[in-house]
Amino acid sequence: MLDDFLVRAGLAGVGVALAAGPLGSFVVWRRMAYFGDATAHAAILGVALALALELPVVLGTLILAAFVGWAVAALAARGRAVDMSLIVVAYGALAAGLVAVSLAGGGRVNLEAYLFGDILTVTTGDLKVVWGGAILVVALLLWRWSALLTSTLNEDLASAAGLDPARERLVLTLALAVVVAVALKVVGALLIGAMLVIPAAAAQSLARSPEAMAVMAVVAGVLSVLGGLAASYRLDTPAGPSIVVAAAVLFVASLAVRRRTSA
Amino acid sequence: MSGLRGRRVTGAPLISATGLHVHHGDLPVLHGIDMAISRGEIVTLVGPNGSGKSTLIKALLGVVPASSGTVTRATGLRIGYVPQSLALDTTLPMPVARFLSLPTRHSKAEIAEALERTGVAGLQTRQLAALSGGQRQRVLLARALLGDPDILILDEPTQGLDQPGIAAFYALVAEVRAERGCAVLMVSHDLTVVMRASDRVICLNGHICCQGTPEAVLEAPEYSALFADSAAALAIYRHAHDHSHDHAHDHGDHG
Repeated sequence: MLDDFLVRAGLAGVGVALAAGPLGSFVVWRRMAYFGDATAHAAILGVALALALELPVVLGTLILAAFVGWAVAALAARGRAVDMSLIVVAYGALAAGLVAVSLAGGGRVNLEAYLFGDILTVTTGDLKVVWGGAILVVALLLWRWSALLTSTLNEDLASAAGLDPARERLVLTLALAVVVAVALKVVGALLIGAMLVIPAAAAQSLARSPEAMAVMAVVAGVLSVLGGLAASYRLDTPAGPSIVVAAAVLFVASLAVRRRTSA
Repeated sequence: MSGLRGRRVTGAPLISATGLHVHHGDLPVLHGIDMAISRGEIVTLVGPNGSGKSTLIKALLGVVPASSGTVTRATGLRIGYVPQSLALDTTLPMPVARFLSLPTRHSKAEIAEALERTGVAGLQTRQLAALSGGQRQRVLLARALLGDPDILILDEPTQGLDQPGIAAFYALVAEVRAERGCAVLMVSHDLTVVMRASDRVICLNGHICCQGTPEAVLEAPEYSALFADSAAALAIYRHAHDHSHDHAHDHGDHG
């Protein structure tokens, strides 16, 4: 029999996978992996903000992730050495966040839960937040799908079609901030980037169209969550890292399948 | 001709630039550009590397902002744009038929017709990244045609094609113009080939050096100075002039 907490954990993970699949596909297509990491690491700083101001953690991380996402996008638009800037922001935010959390929360804060997630303690309230955020992100991406895809392919082509690539970048930045905020509880700040990129990468090996890749990324994410939780339950391993290991195994398997089909 | 769909050359230009200046940072790229493109005409932009051809195209599209001066596009203008090259990210799987429906959906029949028109019928399920250079340019042109454009804007559309491929592509552009009556603005290095397919040539080097019929531009001293084989001629040329020629277009009519 499955325990209630395990069901809630599974539902929370599936919710994250639902949003991370299509968003992660854009992260892969646009080579935004570092960008995702920078935004996710900033979530720790958001936790500190929430503790200091006695806000809900989700709100603090949402604000910080959105702000850092916006700042990094502005840096990138000004043509700075982008990957270097992103590393500075990603690790600067992570380290500052860790320092700030210990200052704001004293010794009582369990940092590990924020870094690697605490999916087994997900409450019904957390579930509502995760699914609310996931549905919001999926709806946003579906609404802007064509425009996002066109400006991902070629920004000039998008402009000539009357679209505004800057607006589409903003849509992705916002979607990323929402996913970071709701995924923090599930996989933690250090592994959110993995949940975005690895299922999408596994899908990329096999997909023949952008839509197929987004859907397959959701499937890969759901399989990773369920497989990782099952492994964690049986082997008594940490849940967040187990989910990411399952995703990585799927990715390797997808490479093997591709090699067989293309040979 | 029967295929012109009722479009006629009218007084108001489709796109015009007036006193257009564009800077990249502190670097002036374009200065004092006055030009206009009317319905149905084929205009070719020529100029050496770094002369601002692509920048001018992007300013006309509205991608690059003007530092001063204005760009005016006719209201409701439909632009079919073929970029210089499509940097294809191999992580993005993109079948040709899907690409042709971005961002606007088109029916299977319309897609098949457009591919057939540009001479690449049957490529629907092929991956964009797996096409040859010539196939890719024809697919890009097919996509531009699907929007039923008033003007086609082609930025060096024959890069990477061999000589017969280049000639065939420009012949296709001329055919399409004859059928649809859309204007064409293209950028090219392939002067001799393009010139035969152009109504008007604009010679650019930061500013408009000269413009007019292909024959007139070929004879213009500014043109030979720009395209003299010797690099020395390029270095000596200081383009300290910006005078009009007798065939200059109508400057007075900017909507």
